[in-house]
Amino acid sequence: MIGSPDVVAFTKEDDFGEIYPDPCVLPDEFSVPLFSHAANPWTKTTYAKFSKDFILISEFSEQVGPQPLLTIPDDSKVCGTFDLNYFSLRIMSVDYQASFVGHPPGSSYPKLNFVEDSKVVLGDSKEGAFAYVHHLTLYDLEARGFVRPFCMAYISADERKIMQQFQRLSFEFSKASECLKSGNRKAFANELLKKLKDLEYTRSVLHKETELQKINNGCYSTQAIEKANELANVEKSMYEHRDLLRQITSYPSRKRKDPECVVFEPEKPTDTRDVDLALTSISSDLEVRAAEEAERKPTYTPQLIKAKSAKCFDKRLKTLEELCESTFYHHTMDQLKFIEKSFRGDLCYIYTSQIDRALVRQQKMTSFLFEEEEDIWQDMGPMKQFDTACPPMASQPPSVSDVSAEPMSLDSYSSCVDTIQIKMEPDFTEGPPESSPSEFTQETSEEAADTETKGSFSSDHSIEPISPGNLHMQYQNTVVGTSAEDCTTIADSAFLDPCVADSSDALYESHSVERGTDGVVNTFPLLENDMAMNAAVVYQTGSIVQVDTACCMGQEGFISDEPSAKPPQDGCGDTVVKQEPLPLLQRDLALQGDYVLGEPALESPAAAALSLPELQPHTLSEEIARISVEDASDTTSYMSTSTSSDRAPSPFCHGNPVTLKQKKRAGQSALRFIRQYPFAQQAIFCLLSGRTLVVLGVDEGTVRKLVNALSIFVPNLGRYGETVQPWLSTPFQLTDLQRWKLIGLQRMASPMGSSILNSLSRYSRYLGILDTDNKTMRCPPYKGTVLGHMADHRTQIKRGSTYFLHVQSTLTQLAAKAFLFTFCHHLHLPLEAEDEECVVTRRTSFLHHLGFTDEESKMVLFLGELIKQHYIQGPSKGTSQSVLRFNYTTSYLYKI
Amino acid sequence: MLRWILGGREAQGVVEKNSILFSAEEQPRNCYTELQVLKGHFDIVRYLVQIDDLRFASAGDDGLVLVWNVETGERLQELRGHTQQVTALVTYTITLKNLVHTFLITASSDRSVSLWDPDSGNRVQMVCDLQSSIKCILVLSWQSLWLSGGNDLCVWNRSFQLLSKIEQDSDTGVTAMLELPRNHVAVAVDREIIIYELKASSVDSDVSVTAVQYLANHQDSIRSLINVNDKLFASGCHAGELIIWDSADWTVYADEQIALEDPHYEGQAEVKLGHQKQSEMAIQHLVSDGELVVATVGSGLYVYHVPKKCLVAHRKLAHDSDILHTELVTESKLISCSEDGSVKIWELQDLPLPAEPTSAGFFGIWSFGRSSKQGSPPKKVTEVLGLKTLELMGDLIGHSGAVQMFLNFGKSGLVTCSTDHLLIVWRDGERQSHLRSLMIFEKLEENQGL
Repeated sequence: MIGSPDVVAFTKEDDFGEIYPDPCVLPDEFSVPLFSHAANPWTKTTYAKFSKDFILISEFSEQVGPQPLLTIPDDSKVCGTFDLNYFSLRIMSVDYQASFVGHPPGSSYPKLNFVEDSKVVLGDSKEGAFAYVHHLTLYDLEARGFVRPFCMAYISADERKIMQQFQRLSFEFSKASECLKSGNRKAFANELLKKLKDLEYTRSVLHKETELQKINNGCYSTQAIEKANELANVEKSMYEHRDLLRQITSYPSRKRKDPECVVFEPEKPTDTRDVDLALTSISSDLEVRAAEEAERKPTYTPQLIKAKSAKCFDKRLKTLEELCESTFYHHTMDQLKFIEKSFRGDLCYIYTSQIDRALVRQQKMTSFLFEEEEDIWQDMGPMKQFDTACPPMASQPPSVSDVSAEPMSLDSYSSCVDTIQIKMEPDFTEGPPESSPSEFTQETSEEAADTETKGSFSSDHSIEPISPGNLHMQYQNTVVGTSAEDCTTIADSAFLDPCVADSSDALYESHSVERGTDGVVNTFPLLENDMAMNAAVVYQTGSIVQVDTACCMGQEGFISDEPSAKPPQDGCGDTVVKQEPLPLLQRDLALQGDYVLGEPALESPAAAALSLPELQPHTLSEEIARISVEDASDTTSYMSTSTSSDRAPSPFCHGNPVTLKQKKRAGQSALRFIRQYPFAQQAIFCLLSGRTLVVLGVDEGTVRKLVNALSIFVPNLGRYGETVQPWLSTPFQLTDLQRWKLIGLQRMASPMGSSILNSLSRYSRYLGILDTDNKTMRCPPYKGTVLGHMADHRTQIKRGSTYFLHVQSTLTQLAAKAFLFTFCHHLHLPLEAEDEECVVTRRTSFLHHLGFTDEESKMVLFLGELIKQHYIQGPSKGTSQSVLRFNYTTSYLYKI
Repeated sequence: MLRWILGGREAQGVVEKNSILFSAEEQPRNCYTELQVLKGHFDIVRYLVQIDDLRFASAGDDGLVLVWNVETGERLQELRGHTQQVTALVTYTITLKNLVHTFLITASSDRSVSLWDPDSGNRVQMVCDLQSSIKCILVLSWQSLWLSGGNDLCVWNRSFQLLSKIEQDSDTGVTAMLELPRNHVAVAVDREIIIYELKASSVDSDVSVTAVQYLANHQDSIRSLINVNDKLFASGCHAGELIIWDSADWTVYADEQIALEDPHYEGQAEVKLGHQKQSEMAIQHLVSDGELVVATVGSGLYVYHVPKKCLVAHRKLAHDSDILHTELVTESKLISCSEDGSVKIWELQDLPLPAEPTSAGFFGIWSFGRSSKQGSPPKKVTEVLGLKTLELMGDLIGHSGAVQMFLNFGKSGLVTCSTDHLLIVWRDGERQSHLRSLMIFEKLEENQGL
């Protein structure tokens, strides 16, 4: 854990002191309830009608027009009063898929067009909703032109979240879409097969009837001719359907050539065989095929097809679930749920956790020591797991599943760049984008902002696309220098002093615009001004993504109400985090590659140069600074020294992965532990130097709680906390010491108890023993400063989760030093003509140089050994330690 | 409490030295700082035998024979076949067409004896339904013959054919065997050592065995029989008598009554361990490096100097319980294991002044508060020049049952086996750490970076 979004919120309280009840404040029951929108201080818009982000799936039904189908999460509370029907209309009206199905000129058969999904960002200021909209087309034999347009939309009140996370959203939604479409193609092929069977049957029936008519009425009777025509129609229809089947089944081979697509084809063997067989057997003997079909699908009996099909509005259209094969459908839903889950929360939170993950990925050599692996797993999402669960068929190229990891190519975006030019208000004039920023002062800001931000939010212009040409220009302006260093410096200077007005490039411009608009936010009559059709901005998604982001920055001031933002001139020395974390680490371009999900190619320095407006911590009331109830409960037991006042021990149990939440909770207990026990440092030293720590006690709750608290210090804890045994009531063996590094042991007055104590004294040289009943600790002494920093009983940290982060950062530092120590060649191998002695002295002096005492060196050595083992064995081995390392040191008894 | 609130807690949390010191004191000269537990047996593990530099085999009461890699602790082979406990385990090296191959011979209470290939894990040979179970096996350097001792003495060839069989009239049967120069074999049967001569007959595969001499000097049954060097061998009996014999003419070179020499010890034994007196006197185990003979009597260690014909050092209460196995690692380093579950490493140190009583030494405080009782060494011994003391260098505590045997692999470590069904490999932590470093740098080079 390197950084965490929580830090932003929590450091605040520390710096502004404790919340003392103000005597002047009315008691709660008399006070006017707070404006509910203020519940989430991070909300950028206060007028959104829904409480949190959600995913909406809509369809443009040929019968009833745009209609919402489902939302994820499927909870009416989420959407609140938000008008889904209205919003469906909005999002379906911006479908830019170049879909065309029908009879193309020069072709006798209807042709299926495999269209690309289109990805659009759409805003609706009246509703306070912004959406990433992903349009896709599914095939339905009964639908008009065989297509059913759908769209999936990620709807959020925070426009920046959509914009900044566009790439990830696009990537994740593409996965979901591909899954859905694959399932749909399969279902469509099956439907075609059935239809063909029906047609065969109909044809045979008609054939008989025609023959009958011929015999009865002669060849040229009206009935006979009618029947013959009907037969010809059926045959034509058969040809058409066969052609459609051929087209739909030939899809994978076509698609594979496209590097952009995220193919999801874990087909079941039976299904493919179905389709393949159908293809080959279509022209073959009908009886044979019918027999085969009958064997395989005894349930389906061909039906006679009426000459005239039912009217369009009479028939019931298939639901989304029916359109797609069920396994694929469910996996799509899983993927969408995963998207909803992973994008949950504030943008700031997402950024920080992304940075965090990227950094953790950077230190994958040591992250096993103190990090939880959960995040890494979550990154893969359900699709990845599904991929591995159902390996692609042998008939598929092996690379099919790999393609999903391929970076999206720029070409695919650019393919639809020039397709859209929607302008409802042709007389609208755009502000000159290259105008000097010095023109924009606070006084003129209203107008300036209006023009400068291209009017996209002003009321009159309902849909305002940004023309590709304009975008391109802006993009070029932004990227001033091509080298990374240039951009970084620009970013830095812009960051520290946004008022620098000596440059005319777009970056500074957007900054000053931002500054300019800040002042007018309150007076800007946004709500009243809006008409029925409100400001909606459609960002052309096809072109380079950074451009969109850059443009959107200009509108920052409108959506985020931040009165009189002050630039953090003295940002370095200030401990208060006034900055929302940036989406990327500006200095580390290499890191960006890791951070963006498989799209390093798209990452341009321009994105790194964008800086976000500062947060204003002091404008937030202390009440609302407490974001989660759970974290707030942390503070209640602050400075309490009694262990009984604690809530029930957290469910840290075997078999379940240890979650971050559990660890943070453990942080609170750990904080209490270091305040309460003067020998906390020794206990932590035991854990960090690989000496198994036994927490001995009569009361299970106390022991479990203490074990739980100390578990955050256990290196290589394991995904399921395998190295910790929270409660043991039998004597332990030597092998247990190899396995467990932290043991909660029951003290009993029984023969069993005495044998437990025997094993304790027998293996005492390998143990540190913390006696919770007598409040004593028997362990080797510790001298040093590292743990003093980590376990200072006078610490000012009040929150458990904050303390946990503090501990994590110290441990990460320690792990980094251990890594350095382990992989320094000359510390372990003699240079030429040296003996082992030299190496040993060099090693010791190195450790001393790093500031470690002899005891602390033991911790580094232990962590180093863990790193070595992890590196040699690979991560697959988990936490299992094949050897037990120890040293012969004198133990002392510590008392409170 | 006030000070605590005010933050002056450091003063109170001062390190307090515990009055009872635990056994894990500093052991700077004990290099074994890493252990690995090897699981595999289901019953007491009694025998360990080294196959080569890397491998060793273990066997015990569960009838299993397991082959292990000492470096990695990996179980290489599982030799299953015996239905009852294994009573003897030896290596058997055969040279065939310039190829040296090491096999294992095991004997079991199920009255069978088997030959195993530790490479493949196959049972190469097996003889079942013996009249009695074999208690000890002696592999001769001569003609790849091997002898089995139980109620009778049998001579076998490499293809497990019985060449000769000598019935013993004694109830106890053969307890120990020893190869002597010139195709002679010393066999201990109860109180007698019988010297046999083996002769290859003119017919190719036949071997005749004839008893040459009966040595009946011991007053009690002989427990241990070892070669001291080319010229001497030693035997120890239940009554605590150690006799050094000449290997060529089987005459007595020296005769020492080890346990009875110490009147002080006698008194103590009467008071404390009266009923155990006999077993406390008995020489359980002998080991020699050519010059020194280490005799194990009860929980005590006695070091006998053969050329000087005297005891040079002893420690009557080296362990809390009977010592089961000892080994002289170097001429001054001794390792012993005991029923008390510990392994101790001793060093033979010269006494600075002969008159000075046994110093408490580095581990003086340590030794269970009995150092005072142990008191001064017996006067008779102190008079001899060159007297040494056995000083404890370190101990290895890991097993929860008696440590039956150990095997010293030198730098690779020390393997112990125990009644707690476990084997433990004790290794030099520093060396292992260094080896692991070498491994990661190798892997780094392979992977071209991290």
